[in-house]
Amino acid sequence: MTILLDVRDLAVDIPTEDGTVHAVQHVSFSVNEGEFFGVVGESGSGKSVMVQSIMGLVPGARTSGSVLFRDRDLLSLAPEQLRSVRGREISMIFQDPLSSLHPQYTVGWQIVEQIQAHERVSAKAAKARAVDLLDRVRIPDAAARFDAYPHQFSGGMRQRVMIAMGLSLGPALIIADEPTTALDSTVQAQILDLLGEMRSEFGTTVLMISHDLGVLSRVADRVMVMYGGRRMELGAADAVLCGPAHPYTAGLLRSSSFNREPGTPLVPIGGRPPSLLAPPEGCAFRDRCPDAMSICTTKPPVRHYDDGTEVACWLESTPVEPEPPVLPPPSLIATGDDAIVTVDALRLAFPQRRGEPRVVLDDVSLEVRRGETLGLVGESGCGKTTLARAIAGLVAPTAGTVEFDGAPTANLDRAQWRDLRRRVQLVFQDPFGSLNPRRRVGSIIGDPFRIHRLASGAERRAKVQDLMELVGLNPEHYNRFPSQFSGGQRQRIGIARALALNPELVILDEPVSALDVSIQAQVLNLLDELQRRLGLTYLFISHDLAVVRHVCDRIAVMEGGRIVELGTADQVWNDPQQPFTRRLLAAAAPEIPREPRERRLLPPTGSAGAHADRHHAEQLAVEVAS
Amino acid sequence: MTRFILSRIAFGVLVLFLLSVFVFMLFYVSPSDPARIIAGDKATEELMAQIRSNLGLDRPMTEQYATFVGNLLQGDLGYSYRSSMPVSELVVSRIPVTMSLVFGGMVFWLAIGIPIGIASARHPGSARDRFGQGFAIVGISFPTFVLGMLALYLLYFVPTKLGFTLFPPSGYVPFEQSPLEWAWHLLLPWLTLALVVAAVYARLTRGQMLEVLGQDYIRTARAKGVDERRVTYVHAFRSAMPPLVTQLGIDIGLMLGGVIVIEQVFGLLGVGSLAVTAVAMQDRPVVIAIVLLGGVFVVISNLVVDTTYALLDSRVRTAAR
Repeated sequence: MTILLDVRDLAVDIPTEDGTVHAVQHVSFSVNEGEFFGVVGESGSGKSVMVQSIMGLVPGARTSGSVLFRDRDLLSLAPEQLRSVRGREISMIFQDPLSSLHPQYTVGWQIVEQIQAHERVSAKAAKARAVDLLDRVRIPDAAARFDAYPHQFSGGMRQRVMIAMGLSLGPALIIADEPTTALDSTVQAQILDLLGEMRSEFGTTVLMISHDLGVLSRVADRVMVMYGGRRMELGAADAVLCGPAHPYTAGLLRSSSFNREPGTPLVPIGGRPPSLLAPPEGCAFRDRCPDAMSICTTKPPVRHYDDGTEVACWLESTPVEPEPPVLPPPSLIATGDDAIVTVDALRLAFPQRRGEPRVVLDDVSLEVRRGETLGLVGESGCGKTTLARAIAGLVAPTAGTVEFDGAPTANLDRAQWRDLRRRVQLVFQDPFGSLNPRRRVGSIIGDPFRIHRLASGAERRAKVQDLMELVGLNPEHYNRFPSQFSGGQRQRIGIARALALNPELVILDEPVSALDVSIQAQVLNLLDELQRRLGLTYLFISHDLAVVRHVCDRIAVMEGGRIVELGTADQVWNDPQQPFTRRLLAAAAPEIPREPRERRLLPPTGSAGAHADRHHAEQLAVEVAS
Repeated sequence: MTRFILSRIAFGVLVLFLLSVFVFMLFYVSPSDPARIIAGDKATEELMAQIRSNLGLDRPMTEQYATFVGNLLQGDLGYSYRSSMPVSELVVSRIPVTMSLVFGGMVFWLAIGIPIGIASARHPGSARDRFGQGFAIVGISFPTFVLGMLALYLLYFVPTKLGFTLFPPSGYVPFEQSPLEWAWHLLLPWLTLALVVAAVYARLTRGQMLEVLGQDYIRTARAKGVDERRVTYVHAFRSAMPPLVTQLGIDIGLMLGGVIVIEQVFGLLGVGSLAVTAVAMQDRPVVIAIVLLGGVFVVISNLVVDTTYALLDSRVRTAAR
């Protein structure tokens, strides 16, 4: 096995107005020819900056260490030499294919440009190659689509275009930076399959970054886990993901909803990631680590196990399994005969300037039972958000009725409408975009009291601080601005605002999909706890089947404006009736088996630790079992 | 696309109609009396009445407006109160001067402003950027007439006094007569206009380029191995263009209605200087014609901008189809 990319002691510093961000701190790894190498980490772990700085794509970044690729150090290449490597020998695929393709040029033009940037070929020959590539990534009617603009493609098709472009010069290495994160789960699976196929067809090595352990467990041969700009664990994918040796990897797996039995609370990793402006001296994870010891304030050694796993940790035994949080008993048990919302034959169509009206909801009938969590899953554009808005009374249906607590929501007078606004609340997806950045958190959470004229002055302040306490925010942060909070904390702000008026129904529109796994678990547990304590009913919208299965009592599957399947979470998950549901399930990440693993710790040696003499390791042998 | 353009033209005609009503009304309610200005302070009431009746000023306003519009539709803008020349002839004779000034100036201000903006945006915070920013602030804050006077003094007055003539002091030579003389006479006004306006374009270009250079597709272009020059011009500048085109359309449309200060400073008999005298003399037909002309230019340049937008942006093109 030859090494294609050898990263040694890579450090990336980015000067900013706030100080220097130490985005990557002395990370080493190597990618073997032909393998699928995965890098996993949460946002702020430095994974994207790391691969982009390898290609010299981070403006203003200061790098040290070395990145050997085919006997050249990419970090010390002259700009023109590096340019000739980019796109020809190493190509990149980015997260959001819409923003990553130039909106003003046709996709064909963009592929041809890449070919002509490196090879002297005629426009005609380049076009023929581009059409062939589009065909190979299975873009239907490739020759005609050559002249289409990126906005005329669907998300999945755009990512296929990116892949075609990436493959256009037969690169030795493809770096894919979260290539499926912005896509629907069924499309995600197709793109992953396509990447796998292209790897075997073109003999390309793939280095893929993802925050999603489920995605990586499906495709990666080896994985590296990053946290706080450092390498935590590195090894064969099944070794690392099935029997993690680092407490952080173990924590990530425990907080991933796809990986936990429905009904069992997730075990979140408490706290938040360290600042990269002033990285901690010792282990970056020690503040959040259930296994933290006093020695963790000094730099952890890299331990080598006999199965090739390398772990930067002082711990020599299996990471402990912390107790799941204890949740209060539910204060309300949902029953089949107590519906809070009844939707009957709802139809919603938007008139279009030309042509037929666009039907968004088509004959939807549904009941939300008081006290339950009803999941609404489907791909983007299936009408799930519109249905939620119709239930909240924010859009008027074209036909059919929505009843809330026995009363129809159509033709309300002002007082009734206000009352409905109090009883139904919404929490939105994007914790960054849905809070006004210029308003203080206290006044954002206090808005409902102000709008409904329920409390003012000191009374309002006290109520807001109680709410902040309730959702786990520090009430002393009353006067801070949203930008001073992390993503998870901002979502808590949104939840606190929604709970202010003691609503009965809370509509959660993708409440965790913008959050990191460990933060997702915190927010999901919080929602569960609040539901139990306050007797809330949730309508939970998500494209992520794993999350929905984990938190919902019943699941409604939507496709093309209709509800195609509705049943208990177990029924839908274990015995899906509709082909669309089956496809959705097949695309969802599989549970990663947790396997007890026999693994011996090797004695520390000078350099080549992984291949150290195993005979001397016996006294240090450690049994790793979960 | 055709539908889009037709609806724009219809809208433009409506704007011009409203404009004509507005200007007409403005004169009707204004306290000054054109007859008094024409006849002078010592004129008798009789003479004044005679003048009013000659000009049709004694008729009701609606009637006056109807006559005005009726004549306008036949291309007749009436006669100047002051010189008794046909207004259309008077205004049309001034248009080439203003057009020469504006379009020539445009070439210079784009050639100065855009490269400065691009250079600033490529290395934000560098010495080059700070120089560009400084240039923009000086250009924006300097009054046009000061800059014009300064240019006249330094490049005309001082050299001429020292015995060698670099530039002519003022005046306009038609292009058909001698292109060289035409350019020579206009060079100072062009540069003055360009220095003032280029600053705005340098800032706008810098802001747009900074925003575009931070986009994901610029990173993609670099990752593809496209060289930095091409990234800047083919990828980034292409996307930065639409707001520049908008600004250019607004500026050109406004300036073609008369570049008052520069025309005055350099003694160019363009639309702007005509407007100044016409307003001072209460020469109603001329003022109305100039305002309408300005309106026509603004409407036309907006139409050009909208069409260019659709050509520049594939997304607008698809939506307009």
